Amino acid sequence: MSQIPSDLKYAATHEWARLEEDGTVTVGISDHAQDALGDVVYVELPELEQVIAAGDEAGVVESVKAASDVYAPISGTVCAVNEILEDAPETVNSDAYADGWFFKMRPVDVRELQELLDAEAYAEVCEAEEH
Amino acid sequence: MTEQHAPAKTPLYQEHIACGGKMVDFAGWMMPVNYGSQIAEHTAVRSDAGMFDVSHMTIIDVHGDQAEAFLQRLIANDVARLNINQALYGALLNERAGVLDDLIVYRLAWGFRCVVNASTRDKVLAWMQQHTRADAHFEHKPQIMIAVQGPNAVQRLLQVEAVSGLAELTPFYAMQHGDWLIGRTGYTGEDGVEIMLPEAQGVELWRKLREVGVAPAGLGARDTLRLEGGLNLYGQDLDEATSPLASNIGWTIAWEPQERDFIGRQALTELRETNTQKLTGLIMRDKGILRHGQAVHTNAGAGVITSGTYSPTLAYSIALARVPKQATGECEVDIRGTRKKAVLCKPPFVRNGTAMHP
Repeated sequence: MSQIPSDLKYAATHEWARLEEDGTVTVGISDHAQDALGDVVYVELPELEQVIAAGDEAGVVESVKAASDVYAPISGTVCAVNEILEDAPETVNSDAYADGWFFKMRPVDVRELQELLDAEAYAEVCEAEEH
Repeated sequence: MTEQHAPAKTPLYQEHIACGGKMVDFAGWMMPVNYGSQIAEHTAVRSDAGMFDVSHMTIIDVHGDQAEAFLQRLIANDVARLNINQALYGALLNERAGVLDDLIVYRLAWGFRCVVNASTRDKVLAWMQQHTRADAHFEHKPQIMIAVQGPNAVQRLLQVEAVSGLAELTPFYAMQHGDWLIGRTGYTGEDGVEIMLPEAQGVELWRKLREVGVAPAGLGARDTLRLEGGLNLYGQDLDEATSPLASNIGWTIAWEPQERDFIGRQALTELRETNTQKLTGLIMRDKGILRHGQAVHTNAGAGVITSGTYSPTLAYSIALARVPKQATGECEVDIRGTRKKAVLCKPPFVRNGTAMHP
């Protein structure tokens, strides 16, 4: 069973989002997603200052077996990207919710977070995929 | 063919579950794609020993006085060249010299054993039926087939089964061991064996090999290993629309003797003059991963990637690509709208654990 921390919000496309104290939102992919992908070998991150709408493509994560798009869970401007992933993409597998984060956004409207799934609802999405 | 029944299971299905296999539907079979980490399984085969369940592949035995003539007509390589217990790799062609399947053929004391792909089973059996002759009988013979591959594969097998003569078995030769047929063959670019044996013994062998540290390896690792080894995957790198000449397996065509009239020979003879394409290797120079279907721009025109992956041994991306025959040197690959740098090279990329294009 994959880990789904209860303090995060989730998109049905398997990204997580965390509101930080400075008002930015950190985005990554879930433990379920990294497990389904297998060994991650390449991550393509968005550009700094790129403006992305909720649901738009914000990057690509590639495992040995396949490439998979990463979508922005909310609308905003990219204000940081995780450069660790450039040389150590496997961090996504080993630490999906902390060191394996993808990028941070300055949200257009922080209330968009409320439209995302909570841990319980996201667990149901994962459950449904496994059957 | 779209038969809508549930995927089949090999006799080793429960062993895969017991080993933590992540099961997927592959050509109508529930097969393990990995047992946790594809890279770890890949590395086990390159550095020590791994094992694959390949029981889903199609074993076809051919008997009778006309067995040799039957296969000489069907296969572009020539089985008449085989000594007893020797094997060859070859292609079944259609009249247009398109590849119906690639296969391994063993000449055994009683006749021939062909091993063809799982995905092409119905097609190949129908093709054989269509070209059947009075004294050549073929029979689909499902068995457990385990490929033990890696530099320590033979040693590990000897730890669990005393097989006299195995250590001395020449590559591409097979030997009978009781009910087992053991071939010094494989599809990983490493030393190793493929063992065909009855069900109960096969399950026991799998368990014993596991006990001596042979790593179960899934379809994922099998794909990265064969690609590093420059070996084609049927349906992806070659198919009915491509000839052996455009698929890097021209060496499997036996042109001599000239009077041997194998199916596709005439079309192939014409293609010898007119073929404009080749299947070759590609090494990524930029970051990113080469994948099936990406467009390649070379100094001689456009091409396409047929198989691409991240190479766990080399730690960069490699591919097989079908490009114009004259293409050489540096090229560009279109990845999601961006042109990335790559370079053409001759496969394989890795042989017996060693990088061929360092």
